[in-house]
Amino acid sequence: MINLFEVAETNKMIEQENLDVRTITIGISLLDCIDANIDVLCQNIYHKITTVAKDLVETGEYIEKKYGIPIVNKRVSVTPIGFVGASACCSSEDFVKIAKVLDRCAHEIGVNFIGGYSAIVSKGMTKAEELLIRSIPQAMKETELVCSSVNVGSTKTGINMDAVKLIGKIVKDTAEITKENDSIGCAKLVVLCNAPDDNPFMAGAFHGVSEADSIINVGVSGPGVVRNAIKTAKGKEFGELCEIVKKTAFKITRVGQLVAREASAMLNIPFGIIDLSLAPTPAVGDSIADCLQEMGLERVGAPGTTAALAILNDQVKKGGVMASSYVGGLSGAFIPVSEDQGMIDAVEAGALTLEKLEAMTCVCSVGLDMIAIPGKTSAKTISGIIADEMAIGMINQKTTAVRIIPVIGKDVGETVEFGGLLGYAPIMPVNQFSCDEFIDRGGRIPAPIHSFKN
Amino acid sequence: MKKAIITVVGKDQVGIIAKVCTYLADAQINILDISQTILQGYFNMMMIVDTSHAADEFSVLTDQLAVLGDEIGVTIRLQHEDIFNKMHRI
Repeated sequence: MINLFEVAETNKMIEQENLDVRTITIGISLLDCIDANIDVLCQNIYHKITTVAKDLVETGEYIEKKYGIPIVNKRVSVTPIGFVGASACCSSEDFVKIAKVLDRCAHEIGVNFIGGYSAIVSKGMTKAEELLIRSIPQAMKETELVCSSVNVGSTKTGINMDAVKLIGKIVKDTAEITKENDSIGCAKLVVLCNAPDDNPFMAGAFHGVSEADSIINVGVSGPGVVRNAIKTAKGKEFGELCEIVKKTAFKITRVGQLVAREASAMLNIPFGIIDLSLAPTPAVGDSIADCLQEMGLERVGAPGTTAALAILNDQVKKGGVMASSYVGGLSGAFIPVSEDQGMIDAVEAGALTLEKLEAMTCVCSVGLDMIAIPGKTSAKTISGIIADEMAIGMINQKTTAVRIIPVIGKDVGETVEFGGLLGYAPIMPVNQFSCDEFIDRGGRIPAPIHSFKN
Repeated sequence: MKKAIITVVGKDQVGIIAKVCTYLADAQINILDISQTILQGYFNMMMIVDTSHAADEFSVLTDQLAVLGDEIGVTIRLQHEDIFNKMHRI
């Protein structure tokens, strides 16, 4: 039988170390909503989302009470709109109409975000997908809760450099069009390589075409719990350190599994996956940087940081796969700058640079995330940063992503405030040398040799 | 049987157990096990209870116990046992 100390340990994790379920995300297929008429399509989408996900928020709140664990976000992801709108949308404005419908659905059912304003263009763009990508700045301006993602490469297909070039400009335009709000539009736009179909985390969540009609995916989190566990291993050798992180990850993931099964049963929607990612928040103590520093680094960014992150990421996975039979999504450690107080401090202390962050993305999930750069950074430089990150993903057969915010009107030395879970960020310097000619080549980078496994 | 765990944590004082137990009796909640200790001057109690005959919904009970805790000056939580079983048992 459960004893007093075990109960106390669990409740300490929740109350003092910010253990929470980061998100319950319902993935909803919109393929059956497709119609050649844009108004009918919009109606179908509205009807489907508000029917399937109508009880999501209420169910989440019930589970919170039942187990005494906070569920921070309730979200919806949908089939990439690049597919759904292909036959109905003749212009970027038509796509914006769909974005507004998604936004209305999200507000009505009370979710925090809705993801899937997306295009999968890793090898080539259809006409519709290009229209969708070009509509992103306007869509991000006119909606509040819609998240957009574009998959521009994969290990199997290589990297679509035409899309990379275009998206650099789109990121810049999105920043420009939302400049009154510190270019916040870019915080809802992510560029991916090897994007997973079942990711519950924003901004990259969409409901892939390989998925069922609807599905529940859950993301757990608890950097604070892991950090306190690492604290108990002070001075111990790496084997012991790893063991402690692994055991902690197991405990955290089991809670996620419990919540996912419960939500699945209550909503009568099949359970998809648990995403094991450790995701920080701006709350003090809820930081990945703190975990790394607890391992023995003075500041995150110091030599040894990449190795420390590799340990963390690997042990979280090892503990997590034992706790849940179905893991998926991104599953690793997120290293967003603006959402992690330890990262922000490291940037302000001059310990952490864009280049070091890029190196860190080789060993953890996702990539350059929530990084504010000077607003004067050119579209082609942004494309260059994206191309680098996509190459890391393509060659290493992993997901990588770029969510950078060129903050219009601000430069190095200033900070930008996004508010809420998105936090705030110091503007980071970008390498000043040009990559214009490289980006202007256009075309496609061929798939790497190790993708040919058939 | 619907087992749940009640935890009561706070500064020790006269009558904590009495008040909590009175509430449970009124709410038709059966106590299966109690363990209690004083840690660094703080009262720590864990009860395993059966809520299958409870008059109210689980979420209502949670809220009412939280209110009772505020009245006494301690923190009272009611949680389904599975969160602990899943975390601490394979």
